[in-house]
Amino acid sequence: MNSDLRTPLARARGLGSARYGVHHWWAQRLTAIALIPLVVWFAISLVMMSGADYGAVRAWIGSPVVMVLLILTIAVGLHHGQLGLQVVIEDYVHGDGSKLALIVAVRFIAVLFGLAAIVAVLRIGFGG
Amino acid sequence: MSVANRPVHRPLSPHLQVYKPQLTSVLSILHRATGIALSVGALYLALWAICASASPATYATFQSFNTSILGRIFLGGWLFCTFYHLCNGIRHLFWDAGYGFELKDAYRSGWIVVAVSLIATVVSWIAGLRLV
Repeated sequence: MNSDLRTPLARARGLGSARYGVHHWWAQRLTAIALIPLVVWFAISLVMMSGADYGAVRAWIGSPVVMVLLILTIAVGLHHGQLGLQVVIEDYVHGDGSKLALIVAVRFIAVLFGLAAIVAVLRIGFGG
Repeated sequence: MSVANRPVHRPLSPHLQVYKPQLTSVLSILHRATGIALSVGALYLALWAICASASPATYATFQSFNTSILGRIFLGGWLFCTFYHLCNGIRHLFWDAGYGFELKDAYRSGWIVVAVSLIATVVSWIAGLRLV
């Protein structure tokens, strides 16, 4: 016998495919909005530095404003990418186990590379 | 197994290969494809910062790939993916806010996205190659 008095619809409402409700959707949009100025700045900077040598690149990364914007771009960008890849995985990977394993792997890789890149930026900025 | 828990074999919705490609569907698929490409590209750019912090020799190795033909294609492709995903992403945000759902508007915004992302890509390619 079903002990839950709520209807199946009531139980399903607000959960979404990964059971996080609208949080995923909202986080994806917020990171998207934040990335508009960040990515425009980053793409222009990257193009401007096409001919830059080692010293020039380090000097650029190490300036305070660039450091802050770079760390923001890394963190927000990888978060946004991980949220997007999760949706792709949920759409195309149908086995529960492999789906979960892939989502976890993507998140781990994003955190690992993100943290390594942030540490690299800080090291350059603080002269390590 | 109760009736409610028995797996139901419902007919599947027709998928991509059934439909004639249209601007709207092609751009939608491209948004996802560029998103996946950019996720991989993000790891590459993270590697760029890591190499810059390591040593001049490590950075030189990394740069030798960037300046190769393959590296140029890679970074040039990254720029297109970035501009496309950025422009179409803004188009998506307008849809999220409830604007631009009429078929006419969806096509018009679609072509704007194509034009702007191509122009931005070509301009940045030219600017980048002139600075090298």
